[in-house]
Amino acid sequence: MRRDLLTSVIAVVLCTVVFGLAYPLAMTGVAQVLFPGNSNGSKITQDGKVVGSKLIAQGFTRITPTGSKHGPKFERVPDPRYFQPRPSQSNYSADATFFSNLGPNQKATRDEVRANLHAYLKLEGPYNPGLTAADVPVDAITQSASGVDPQISKANAEIQADRIAAVRHIPLSQVQGLIDDNTQGRFVGLFGEPGVNVLELNLALDKEVPAK
Amino acid sequence: MAQGWLQLVAFVAILIAMARPLGAYMAHVFRNERVFLTPIVGPVERLTYRILQVNPSDQQNWKVYARNLIAFSLFSWLALYLILRTQGIQPFNPAGFHSGPWDLSFNTASSFVTNTNWQYYGGETTLSYFAQMAGLTVQNFVTPAVGICAFLALTRGVISRSGEGLGNFWQDLVRSLYYVLLPLSIVVALILVSQGVLQTLGGAVTATTLEGANQTLALGPVASQIAIKQLGTNGGGFFNVNSSMPFENPTALSNFVEVLSIILIPAALAYTYGRMVGRTRQGWAIFATMLVVWVALVATIYPAEQHGTPAEHKAGSPTIALADSTGGNMEGKEQRNGITNSALWASTTTVTSNGSVNAAMESLTGLGGAVPMSGLGMSEVIFGGVGTGMYTMLLFVIIAVFIGGLMVGRTPEYLGKKIQAREIKLASLGALYTPLAVLVTSAAAIGTKYGSPSLFVRSGPQGFSETLYAYLSQANNNGSAFAGYTGFVQPDAPGNAHSYGITFADVIGGLTMITARFIPILFVLAIAGSLATKKVAPAGPGTMRTDNPTFVILLIGVIILVGALTFFPALLLGPIVQSLTTRLF
Repeated sequence: MRRDLLTSVIAVVLCTVVFGLAYPLAMTGVAQVLFPGNSNGSKITQDGKVVGSKLIAQGFTRITPTGSKHGPKFERVPDPRYFQPRPSQSNYSADATFFSNLGPNQKATRDEVRANLHAYLKLEGPYNPGLTAADVPVDAITQSASGVDPQISKANAEIQADRIAAVRHIPLSQVQGLIDDNTQGRFVGLFGEPGVNVLELNLALDKEVPAK
Repeated sequence: MAQGWLQLVAFVAILIAMARPLGAYMAHVFRNERVFLTPIVGPVERLTYRILQVNPSDQQNWKVYARNLIAFSLFSWLALYLILRTQGIQPFNPAGFHSGPWDLSFNTASSFVTNTNWQYYGGETTLSYFAQMAGLTVQNFVTPAVGICAFLALTRGVISRSGEGLGNFWQDLVRSLYYVLLPLSIVVALILVSQGVLQTLGGAVTATTLEGANQTLALGPVASQIAIKQLGTNGGGFFNVNSSMPFENPTALSNFVEVLSIILIPAALAYTYGRMVGRTRQGWAIFATMLVVWVALVATIYPAEQHGTPAEHKAGSPTIALADSTGGNMEGKEQRNGITNSALWASTTTVTSNGSVNAAMESLTGLGGAVPMSGLGMSEVIFGGVGTGMYTMLLFVIIAVFIGGLMVGRTPEYLGKKIQAREIKLASLGALYTPLAVLVTSAAAIGTKYGSPSLFVRSGPQGFSETLYAYLSQANNNGSAFAGYTGFVQPDAPGNAHSYGITFADVIGGLTMITARFIPILFVLAIAGSLATKKVAPAGPGTMRTDNPTFVILLIGVIILVGALTFFPALLLGPIVQSLTTRLF
């Protein structure tokens, strides 16, 4: 019996050393050598500064005056010069993630989706005459699981392309070309869903047509 | 939807193709034979036995085997609890997190030592890299190995010819770890890193985004932990949002590998079992039972999620598929996973005892949410946890043999061993403890005021589902959640100052996890001991076969009957109400 207890204690210590230290540290070493970019967060740098990660969505908003006499004088609205990511319950937090936990039969869910739908139609409607709720891809009006989903559906990007082309005064075909360049396909053409990486797309856009 | 169905069919086909070679390999490993890794692992294995001061050829009876298993788990629990409680003074803590409160740490330690990985804490906002590695990752490795040990002991009880022992716990533990779990984890971790899963000891990085805001990217040694989290049916994410976080699961390829890793070992173990008992048809019969129920659940949840929710429809979105958009219920789902892979994952993670998620379970449709709860309600025997799925399934096999024997008026026997009163009592108790624990704890949480501080939605079927799911998940050692339910209050303060646990939820949950893990294991080992001493009777014309479609149907019937009789009334109040109405609450 005492022997069993002693063996158990040694086993716990040994497992901690092997699986808790040796294994993760060895994997870290190998990963840092083989995949230094990927293992450190797939960061994107511009002019030596980190502007984000290609795997993590970020907001593309700007501050405008509200024009209201009471309440806040400024508000953040979607920046029309940029493709917009999916709505986020966490304001695109990558260090304190949480689910929206909005249930299927909750009024709160309806209100959230409705507000997102109206905002989307308000932003894209002027550039897409005749755009109705039925045309809006569902990923554009629902919050992702992580709150930092880096992608949008291609259908969503195609609708936003009209706005981008108009605001940036460039041909629609040029924008569509950039969308295609920044679309990730399915694994072996079968598994998963295609998606457009919003941050990479916006950076590519800025490179071709600097935002004014 | 055709493309989605094609994905699902291809996934099932790949799983079936991979289960057999891996199952055969594990059969060699667990019969202590030479395998291709022996030249590399063998010396380390022998050194390990020397350090542990054990002789691997010592055969143990069920009591000795159980004593070692329990002692090892007990010290594992103590080590993890201490690590969580002293986090503040440990290395690899770049964010400077404080140690956890006692009740939360009790819950978390109990959770990881029981292969549950229920998480009331948020990984990236609560735990140091040291706690994630030396605390959680270690348990992610050893708990599936312990599950395999119990399964092996029961298998050896079934095949024993003349009352020999059930094997050696330490040998089974070490071989599961060194020959199966560690090599597979290394491969999976490297694939994940190649896709963009993090693997660094560096602290968080703050980016200045294009709009001029600051965005902090939490980093860490993620891939090494996620690999074993998936392979060992653990499920505890590095990040709070688990494998929906792009840093844990960034691409279609990583998602494919992760969801395959959830179910691969449990599926292969069914074949291993067939090989070990010397009749592969017995293994395939169990595999077929699991496959049929799992496929039925996948085929239920996928169209349900594709349909969308009443809330989305009433908001004005028809949630229909468009060109280049999947449509469906995308609330709480990631674009790259879409409806198909979120549905596949949600059903797979809950029939196995994995519990990791790549979408928000609480945001599933009503019927979609009923699927994971059904998987949990069937006591994690449909593939189930690594090892645990097989030994719990064998309890149901014993019960099915008994019921089948009663129906046709024959003495129940399984693989030549007579099933008698003692085995039936032990198997029934082992199979019924978990459902009983679910009902008692959820009733206590719903019926008293102590459960309400944990709720996100305080009324209606959603609140009921949150509670029921929490205790279904913890008692079945699963770990997935309707994540609104919480046992931890975390103010937005530096290093988590002033955070505290919700004692009732933490303690009752912790006790449920521990008892629902180890009580069935003890019954299983007792049955193993009892079967080992029985003589093998040759199969005669009166023997009921346990490897044909009739038995598969009988076994499915028994599993569904036990699960449905126990949980149908409770499911009615939550997800079934939600799937039958378009009313909003």
